[in-house]
Amino acid sequence: MNKDIKVLIYGYGNPGRQDDALGNEMVNKITAWVEENQIKNIEVDSNYQLNIEDAEKISTKDVVVFVDATQEDENREFLFTHLESSPDKLEFTMHAVSPEYVLHVCHDLFKKSPKTCLLAIKGYEWDFQEGLSDNAKLNLEQAFQFLTRKLEAYIDTDIHYPISMLK
Amino acid sequence: MSQKITIEPVTRVEGHGKVTIYLDDHGNVRESRLHIVEFRGFERFVQGRPYWEAPVLVQRLCGICPVSHHLAAAKALDVIVGAGTGDGLTAVGEKMRRLMHYGQFFQSHVLHFFHLSSPDFLFGIDADPAIRNIIGVIQENRELAVQGVMMRKFGQEVIRLTAGKKVHGTGAIPGGINKNLSIAERDELLKGPDPLNADKMVDWSVAALDFFKSYHKNNQKLVDEFAVFPSNHFSLVRKDGALDLYHGVLRAVDTDGKKILHDVDYQDYDQFIEEEVKNWSYMKFPYLKEFGKEYGWYRVGPLARLNTIDFIPTPLAQKAFEEFKAYTNGKPNNMTLHYHWARLIETLHSAEVIRDLLNDPELQNDDLTVKGIKKHRGVGLIEAPRGTLFHHYEVNDDDQITLCNLIVSTTNNNEPMNLAVNLTANAFMNGQREITEGMMNAVEVAIRAYDPCLSCATHALGKMPLELTLIDNKNIIIDRKNK
Repeated sequence: MNKDIKVLIYGYGNPGRQDDALGNEMVNKITAWVEENQIKNIEVDSNYQLNIEDAEKISTKDVVVFVDATQEDENREFLFTHLESSPDKLEFTMHAVSPEYVLHVCHDLFKKSPKTCLLAIKGYEWDFQEGLSDNAKLNLEQAFQFLTRKLEAYIDTDIHYPISMLK
Repeated sequence: MSQKITIEPVTRVEGHGKVTIYLDDHGNVRESRLHIVEFRGFERFVQGRPYWEAPVLVQRLCGICPVSHHLAAAKALDVIVGAGTGDGLTAVGEKMRRLMHYGQFFQSHVLHFFHLSSPDFLFGIDADPAIRNIIGVIQENRELAVQGVMMRKFGQEVIRLTAGKKVHGTGAIPGGINKNLSIAERDELLKGPDPLNADKMVDWSVAALDFFKSYHKNNQKLVDEFAVFPSNHFSLVRKDGALDLYHGVLRAVDTDGKKILHDVDYQDYDQFIEEEVKNWSYMKFPYLKEFGKEYGWYRVGPLARLNTIDFIPTPLAQKAFEEFKAYTNGKPNNMTLHYHWARLIETLHSAEVIRDLLNDPELQNDDLTVKGIKKHRGVGLIEAPRGTLFHHYEVNDDDQITLCNLIVSTTNNNEPMNLAVNLTANAFMNGQREITEGMMNAVEVAIRAYDPCLSCATHALGKMPLELTLIDNKNIIIDRKNK
């Protein structure tokens, strides 16, 4: 592991809305993993949603992995993608900007472009309750195993499919 | 052919909504409606839960202003645990909550001004949407954009250090707080490296206010004449008439400035407030009972607050307030776009209050909670960034919540937002057969001035498509656009 590289794992979502908390729960697991293994160059953070000030935060890192829940109706437990900055990824409300948009603002405002990825984990239930659905827990565990393996070597490919889809 | 134009959802407001504008056969606006989907199920959801869970549970309502819900619930539960009706906490208990609250105000108002509204001010409401956004602001005025980002960050740090964490904070509990502010935490905010310190936040708040005033000076006709209509104004005020965003009594004034609700105790809010249900909206329409549905509706939020109060208890904001009041010769200000002016005065006030509180040694006290004789009913009111927020709980002998009633800020502004949409639609769309981006944005600018929070606590990837639908009088979709 290259200790000179600063890594940020940033999960976001509302823990009061069931599987919307997948990003936050990943941060909890990574926090425990980082502590257990005494890893010093990985920082974690979580919030309800991404916002404009996160551009400043990621400007101080070399590698950033955003983790969010997804409702995409595709047959995969999670999807890991390399992100390109994009001003077009402005969402319809500024309370929750996209990771691509945060990256774009980071570049325009702070002249930094950390290597940035998105780990989108599939969720199923979104009611006013705390706690993940059983299926989301399974997806979270698979995504966690994948992410920790990626973190061992850092991120070096553009697109990675979940374990279930690997040949 | 009469047409129904639907703008869905409204861009750059918190959450999403849908605007429907009905045109008559001549292409003139016949009627307009702002539809907002509101999560009414939450009030039933908390029934049966232990009351002490409420300050954390209510943060499920909204990822935008969880601190406001957190504190309003805690204030209601203060009453239930016998800790008084807003002024019975220990000094550190009340001041830590105030610090959290003013931190929330600061970051929320900053987000609204720099990232939702400043693109309109810099480029004009009919400018190309490709540049009328924060990216355009960065290119046009990088310093302004940096200030916005760093001010947001500072406000979020105030919340983190007072609420314990950024997500589902637990700082406020029934009867007080669960932590004070350590010296190290205080110094992080008070003496942080430039620009992340309280002094710089005050300086930048002054600069933001100057930016707006400069825009106003150069665009007086638009700012003063956009969606102007008379209304009542409603807010908490401190007992001596000062601006107080955390606690006070209820006051309302009419469009001439005459008091029509005379500094009453909010524990009795249901004696004065009624909510009307309309069959086309999920969101209720509150009004003052004494004046009925037609005349009793009111505005809340920054503009309303500056219309109800007598003064602001911090020097720089007070000076700005005097200028604001002088503009309308001391009469209530009914100009919709002056919400932005009022919001920036409150931003400055919040920065001053945060700095004052950080210099207060009582924040390091250890007497965090008080308790008294349990009661079965409690009401907590707070001025949230968007306006007055009501939380009302009743509990049984087993400490379970048996009743919960919430009136959120955006609900209080339901009628005036609809009026603003209607006025704007009439001004910009009468006689028009084609809806331009500028016209669409004019409607959104009218709504955005109220900074509505449209209850969108779940935001997982893949939600919230932007869609514009055009429907004729036979309910046939004749056009649909996606952004």
